Amino acid sequence: MTIRTKSDRISFQIALKTCLITLILSLLLALLMILGLSAGSDFIHPWIVIQELFGYGSGDYNFVLHTLRLPRVLMALLVGAALGVAGLILQGIIRNPLAAPDIIGVTSGASVGAIVFIVYFMGAVSIQFLPLAAIIGATIVSFIIYLLSWKKGVTPIRMVLIGIGISALAKAMVTMLLVISNVAATTKAYLWLTGSLYGANMQDVYLLLPWVLVLLPLTFVMARIVNVKELGDDIAIGLGVKVQIYRLFFLLISVMLAGSAVAFAGGIAFVGLVAPHMSRMLVGRSFAALIPVTAIIGGIIVIAADIVARIAFLPKDLPTGVFTAAIGAPFFIYLLFKTRNQ
Amino acid sequence: MKNVLKAHDLSVYYGENKILENLNLQIPEGKITVLVGANGCGKSTLLRTFARLIKPKAGQIFLEDDVIQKIPTKDIAKRLAILPQGPVAPEGLTVLQLIKQGRYPHQSWLKQWSNEDEKIVNKALEVTQMTDFVDRSVDALSGGQRQRAWIAMTLAQKTDLILLDEPTTYLDMAHQIEILDLLYDLNVEENRTVVMVLHDLNLACRYAHHIVAVRDKQIYAQGKPEEVVTMEMVQNVFRMNCTIIKDPIFGTPLCVPHGKGRKVGR
Repeated sequence: MTIRTKSDRISFQIALKTCLITLILSLLLALLMILGLSAGSDFIHPWIVIQELFGYGSGDYNFVLHTLRLPRVLMALLVGAALGVAGLILQGIIRNPLAAPDIIGVTSGASVGAIVFIVYFMGAVSIQFLPLAAIIGATIVSFIIYLLSWKKGVTPIRMVLIGIGISALAKAMVTMLLVISNVAATTKAYLWLTGSLYGANMQDVYLLLPWVLVLLPLTFVMARIVNVKELGDDIAIGLGVKVQIYRLFFLLISVMLAGSAVAFAGGIAFVGLVAPHMSRMLVGRSFAALIPVTAIIGGIIVIAADIVARIAFLPKDLPTGVFTAAIGAPFFIYLLFKTRNQ
Repeated sequence: MKNVLKAHDLSVYYGENKILENLNLQIPEGKITVLVGANGCGKSTLLRTFARLIKPKAGQIFLEDDVIQKIPTKDIAKRLAILPQGPVAPEGLTVLQLIKQGRYPHQSWLKQWSNEDEKIVNKALEVTQMTDFVDRSVDALSGGQRQRAWIAMTLAQKTDLILLDEPTTYLDMAHQIEILDLLYDLNVEENRTVVMVLHDLNLACRYAHHIVAVRDKQIYAQGKPEEVVTMEMVQNVFRMNCTIIKDPIFGTPLCVPHGKGRKVGR
C-alpha cells in the first residue's frame, strides 16, 4: 500500500501483510506475557492476572505479581527485543547470516567484564554495579575488534575473523578467571554466563528501558540505509551511502543494544542469531518491517524460554539461557547445514 | 564534443603496488566507451576510480566540471551509476526490492516512494524485460536474468552516465549479446553515456564508439576501434600475435588470434 500527498512531496509504502503479521505476533506476545505472569511455583489463573493488572483484583497476589513476576517478564521482553534487533543489524551490515552479537565481541566482552567484577570486586562493591562492569567489558572488546579490523576502512570479513579470534581469547580469560576463583564466585559466575532473569526487579527494567526505547526507533528511521548496505559496499557507495561512517554507527547501536541486554541478563545465547532469521521467513527482506517483527519475536523467545526455565524443573529455577540455547543451537546447526548446501 | 568524465594525472595504488600512474583520459558524452587490456592491467581499477570506489593517490577525477572528491557522494549517485563486477544480492531479496534500491539517492525519509520513483522503476523493468520477474528472488534467477536485474537497478538511478565492470562475465554468448544490445539501445534511444570494461575484444570493437586500451599503468591507445585495433596494438597490449580481419556483418575489426589448433581443409 502506498501513501502519498498530492504534491508527491511526502510518500511512504506499507506492506499490509507485514502489519497483519506484526499484529498477530503482538497478540501472541501479550498472551505469553499473561502466561508468564501466571506460571511459576504458585500458579495464578490468567483471568485473575488480567484483573490484577488492570487494578480490579483483590490484591492477594500483589507481591508475587508486581514484585516478582512482572519485572521478570518485562525484562525478558526487553532483553529479547534488544538482542534480536542487535543481531538483525549485525547480519545486515556484516552481510553474514551467521553473525550475532557474540561476533563483534559484545557477549564475550561483557562476560570478561562481569567475571572480573564477580571474582575481584564482589563484596567490596555493590552487586548493582555488575551491569556497568559488563557494559564496560563489552565496549572495550568491541572497540578492540573494530580497531584491529581497521586497515583503510573496515571490511565485514576481516571483522568476523578478528571477532572470532578475540572472542576465543576472551573466553579463555573467562575460563582462567573461573579456575583461579573460589567456589562461591564460580557458581555465581556460571549463573551469569548462562544468562538468567532470576531476581530481576523494576529498577533493572527502568535502567534497560531507555536503551530499547531510543535505539529501536532510531534504527527504524535509518532502515533505508541498511537495505542499501546489504547489497555490498561497492553498490552502497555507488548509490551514495557513506559506507564506513554508517558501518561504525550501526555497530555502535548494535553494541549498545546487545551490551545493555547482556549486562542485565547475562549471556542469553542465540536470540540475536535466531530471531532475525525467523522474522525474515515471515516478512522477507525489508529492514523497516524486520525491526518490529524481530523485536517481538526476540521477546517471545526469551519470555517462552523463561517460563519453561521456571516451571519445567520445579522447584528449581533454571537459568533462562539454558532454554534459549536449547532452541538456538539446533537452529544454528540447521543454518550451517543450509548454507553448506548452497 | 563534451567530456563528461575526465581523469587528470591520475595515480592509483593498491597498498604499495602502483596500478595507474599519471594517467589522463577523457570520456566522450553520449557514446559507448569500452576499456580493454590484459588481465591485471588496471582497467577495472580505472573504472572503479572513476566511480569513486577507489581513492586515487594523486590526480583528480572530473565529473563534467566538478572535481569528484568534492561533490557529496549522494549527488554523485544522481549523476553517475556504477555496476561493479559480480554483485551479490542478499538471500531472498526480490527483483522488485533490488531495483527499488536504485532510487535511494533520490529519496529521503519523508519521500520514500513517490510517483516518480514508481514510474522510473517500472520503466527500468520494462527496458530490461524483467517485468514478469518482479516477485522472484534474485538468487533464484539465471545468470543472464540476474545481470539484467542489476542493470535495471542501475537504470533506476536515472543517471546520464552508467559505468559497468565486465557486465558480461560468466554469461554464455547469447546472453552476452543480449546484455550488450540492451546497453546499446540505452545509448541510442536515451542518449546515455556508457563506460564499461569488456574482456572480449571483438565484442568491444563492435559496440564501442570509443575504445581505450590500457597498458603499463597508462593509456596505450584510444579512438575508434577501426583505427585503434591493429595487429601491432594487440601484440603490445595483450602480448599475442593475431590477424585482424573485417567482421563480415558489421565491418568492425575482428581479431583472429594466432597460436595452435586444428586446421581444416588444407
